[in-house]
This record gives sequence, structure tokens and C-alpha cells, in this order.
Amino acid sequence: MKPFTYERADSPAAAAAAVARTPGAKFIAGGTNILDLMKLQIETPTHLVDVNRLALDRIEDIPGGGVRIGALVRNTALAADRRIRKHYGVLSRAIVAGASGQLRNKATTAGNLLQRTRCPYFYDTAQPCNKRAPGSGCAAIGGISRQLAVIGASDHCIATYPGDMAVAMRVLDATVETVSPDGGTRAIPIADFHLLPGDTPQKENALRPGELITAVTLPAPLGGRHFYQKVRDRASYAFALVSVAAVIHPDGSGRVALGGVAPKPWRVDAADAAMKHGSRAVAEPLLAGARPAGDNAFKLPLAERTLALVMSEAKAA
Amino acid sequence: MTHEPVAAEAATPLLSRRDALLAGGATITLATAPAAALGQPMPAPTGADAQAAAAPVLMEVSMEVNGTARHLRLDTRTTLLDALREHLQLTGSKKGCDHGQCGACTVIADGHRINSCLSLALMHEGSRITTIEGLGTPDRLHPMQAAFIRHDGYQCGYCTPGQICSAVAVLDEIRAGVPSHVSADLEAAPAPTNMEMRERMSGNICRCGAYSNIAEAMAELAEHGA
Ligand SMILES: Cc1cc2nc3c(=O)[nH]c(=O)nc-3n(C[C@H](O)[C@H](O)[C@H](O)COP(=O)(O)OP(=O)(O)OC[C@H]3O[C@@H](n4cnc5c(N)ncnc54)[C@H](O)[C@@H]3O)c2cc1C
Ligand code: SF4
Ligand code: FES
Ligand code: FES
Repeated sequence: MKPFTYERADSPAAAAAAVARTPGAKFIAGGTNILDLMKLQIETPTHLVDVNRLALDRIEDIPGGGVRIGALVRNTALAADRRIRKHYGVLSRAIVAGASGQLRNKATTAGNLLQRTRCPYFYDTAQPCNKRAPGSGCAAIGGISRQLAVIGASDHCIATYPGDMAVAMRVLDATVETVSPDGGTRAIPIADFHLLPGDTPQKENALRPGELITAVTLPAPLGGRHFYQKVRDRASYAFALVSVAAVIHPDGSGRVALGGVAPKPWRVDAADAAMKHGSRAVAEPLLAGARPAGDNAFKLPLAERTLALVMSEAKAA
Repeated sequence: MTHEPVAAEAATPLLSRRDALLAGGATITLATAPAAALGQPMPAPTGADAQAAAAPVLMEVSMEVNGTARHLRLDTRTTLLDALREHLQLTGSKKGCDHGQCGACTVIADGHRINSCLSLALMHEGSRITTIEGLGTPDRLHPMQAAFIRHDGYQCGYCTPGQICSAVAVLDEIRAGVPSHVSADLEAAPAPTNMEMRERMSGNICRCGAYSNIAEAMAELAEHGA
């Protein structure tokens, strides 16, 4: 790990200002992703602003429906919240399908959204990687691509967004709330929060320098049955090869998003509209334009079959 | 049965080392610290000063470890695990992977189990930390330590401190109604079944494969109380 200076922020605006003011500064929340990457010198902040003391650790009802989840609410607390379990089951399910109990006790809502890819070449500092070292090339293209993206990738990067929680938040149409170093606030729809790689794979989200996530809001409950089906190499404690987040109503209508297949949680309007017509009808628009890299072609039939499983469970209920 | 003597031996050194340490009662600080780093946090580097930031930075932190107040002056990079092992000589918590992947470093911080390798010591100002040394002693074992011995919940013992800290916290999490990936009904109170134990303990890897005995030790305790 490279040496760094450290401070504890005492207000969201002060935290944002501290990061904006200091070249090479970063926030640290749970630390479970950034410290991992700092040990490998993939992240090399010169200054850390610890946001753990900010009073952003509550889940509040929004008047008129919906909830506001503080940026520092731990993954365990979010999955266990009575309102989330009852009205937003897909979110509880997605969280407990990820990482381990110890990690979920530390991981925060904001940190989880911002977790970086698990592309093996991103982690291997001996290899070129446009995300880690912009302009150096991409070792994954032509390399071992089993875990990598089948859709939404570019000629510069084929990494996936690895997380589970954000896939559920995408299906729920969450909004990310932020504060900027100048004190201004923004509300970013989750659909626009994570970015496709294009020719700047190092730019992964819509945040500006120093911008701090303060909360994630969920709209009023959707009803319906909630599913998060994750397929992975082990029964537990492994990242998704493919995951399906879905909310399905008794008449078969609903919404669906995929994890593990793209650089961001993957949702397509035309696929939602086809929900009543079976998994084949949904998979076609959802995966239209897919370009598997070779080793990962299995993800296309796997995604369709996982979708079929979820849709048949919804019917059986 | 043939493992019993081995098990007893494995448990003893790990616990008795704590006794030796507590008898010493030392508050550890680094012998040398650059004057600039003493006391208050150093200001963040700016511009040309950023170069100078390549030198290690020292800061102070206070926390309660196993019921004792501890004050340390540490390199900012020090993880909670290294603070416990290298600075407080509490070597019960183990370093397996140092990347959150194995659970050998699991400790209980303010009532919650965490991977101490993926947390900075500085992030724990004012925290209450419990390590395996704080759960019980050879003559006053924590019920979970006793259950691990009864059920042969280990072979080499390397993962065991992390397994036991994790197991104690898992039973609390079940009691608190925290759902898991294998809980069939998200809204019902989770039951302490064998499947629940296995899923909830998946963040603790055991190379010796003592998993089934660990799950049995936990189930016994969940059923008959601690
Ligand atoms: C072994 C292992 C297995 C895992 N398995 C899974 C899995 O199966 N599924 C899954 O989804 N995840 C998994 N994870 C990832 C885990 O979910 C993330 O590490 C965690 O959610 C990150 O949250 P954190 O609070 O610790 O973030 P940190 O590490 O503290 O921060 C991550 C990033 O977010 C930034 N940040 C933090 N807070 C804010 C804020 N408020 N505003 C702006 N920026 C901020 C930081 O600067 C940093 O860049 C795994 C991790 C490990 C180590
Ligand atoms: S796929 Fe992206 S993250 Fe992986 S090596 Fe290529 S550029 Fe880097
Ligand atoms: S040493 Fe911390 S999880 Fe392996
Ligand atoms: S007892 Fe040897 S690693 Fe678990």
C-alpha cells in the first residue's frame, strides 16, 4: 500500500470539499473494496476522507411512499430492514446473495454501488488494462473471458459490473442522491448512474470529482413477487456468472434486470414489455446485440434459462 | 475420538498466549515517530507537497480491545488485523489471505463480525473490539469454544479463531432476524437450521474441511443456549 494521509469528515459537504481540495484524495466507507485495491496498488489515493461518522446511516420513509436509504447504511442492516423485506424483497435477496456475512456488515450502500470490476486482468498489474491504466490496451480481449461481459462492452473494455445490490436497485428504479463540493445536490436515476465503457472505461459512473453519495431513494412499493436468482460457480460467496432480478405481477407483467453480463445492471424497456409472453420473448430484446468474447458465450443461454426458471416460479406461486 | 488430544493442544497455546500478554499489560507505541507526525493528523498534501506524502504517515487511535482501553500510534496504512497482531500481540486473529476472502481475521467490532484485514485501525476510533482472546480463556471457555472442542470443529486450528468469532456473531444475527440467502421466507424469523449455518458461515474457509462439525457445534449451541 502507498502511504496516505487520513482525516475523518464531520459533514457531507465538508467531506466532498475535502476530496475536491486534495489531489488524489478518495472517500473511504466500509473499506472492503478500496483497501483490497490499495493493497494491490490498483488504487493509490494520497489522502483518505473517512465518511463513517457522517449521519447517513438511517432508512427513512418518504412522505407519499418510498424510502430513503442513507449512503452509510450497512448491507446487513438494509437487507434486514422490515420495510425492505416486506416491500422490496428483490433488494434484500440481492444483498444476501452477495459477499459474506462479515463483508455485508461493513459494506455500505454507496460503497457497494461503486465497487469496481472483478476482471482478472484489472487485478493483474503485469497486464495492460484500459480501465486501470488508460490507453495501455485490454488483456481480456483475446484472453480468458469466461467472467466477462457479453453485452454493452466496447473494443476498449469488456469488463462486467460485478455487484448484486445495484441490479435490484435498477429493477426498482432507484435514484442516487449526491452533494457536490460547492454544496449543491443532485438526484441521478440509477439507469444513468453506471456508464458503459465506450473509449473511456476508466470513467465508470456519473459522479463528478469530490461528489459524495448521500442516499439512495426507492419509489413507492411496486407490489408483485420479487426474485433475485444468482448463478455462480459455488453455492455461496462467489460473484455472479449471471443473475436475474425481477418483479412479477399475478397477470405475468413485470420488470427484469440482469447482472453479471454487462458493464452495468442490464435492463431494456422492450424486454419488460414482453414479460407476459415467456422467457424467449423477454430474452430476445434483453440480449439483442450481444457480442460474446468466446469463453463467455454460455452466458446467453444461461441468462435465458435463469429467466425461464424465475418466470416459472412466479407462475407456480 | 482420536482427534481429542490434538484438539486440546490446538486450543491451548492460542488462549494461553493471551494470558501471558495480559500479565505484561503493555501499551504499545512505536519506538520512533517523526516529530511532525505526533499529536494531530497531518494536513493533507497539496501540490509539490504531494511528493513528500510518499513517506509513511503516523496517527493516533484509541479503542477498547477485549475490555481494555488501548492507545496506539500507527502508520495510517495499518489494518485492524495488523494493529491487533503486530502492535497488541493478540495473535489469535489470523492472516489467511489479507483480502477479505477467507475469514481467518474475523473479529467482532461493536457487536458485528467483520474482516479485520479489510478495515483500517484508524477507522475504529472509539470502537469495542472482541477477538478470540476476549471471548474466553482455557479455564473459562466461551460456550462456542467449548462446543467446537466437543464437536471436533477443527483440525490444524488456523481458521478456528475466525470461525468461532464468526459463529458467535451468526447466532446473534439469527436471533436479530437478519435474513440469509437460504431463508425461504424473508419476513419470517430465520431458524437455526444446518443449511442456515452453512450459508452464514460461507465467509470462513477451512482448508481442513471441518465444516460439518462446525455446523453441528453451532446447532447444538443454538438449540441448548449459550
Ligand atoms: C471476497 C469478496 C467477495 C465479494 N463478493 C461480492 C458479491 O458476491 N456480490 C457483490 O455485490 N459484492 C461482493 N463483494 C464486494 C462488496 O460488496 C464491496 O466490497 C462493498 O459493497 C463495498 O462497500 P464499502 O462500503 O466497503 O466500499 P469502500 O471500499 O469503502 O468504497 C468503495 C468505493 O466507493 C467510494 N465511496 C464510498 N462511499 C462513498 C460515498 N458516500 N460517496 C462517494 N463515493 C463513495 C470509495 O471512494 C471507493 O472508491 C465482495 C467483496 C469481497 C472482498
Ligand atoms: S476488460 Fe476492462 S478491466 Fe478487464 S483488462 Fe480489459 S480494460 Fe481492463
Ligand atoms: S485474512 Fe482477512 S479474510 Fe482472509
Ligand atoms: S482447521 Fe485447519 S483450516 Fe480450518
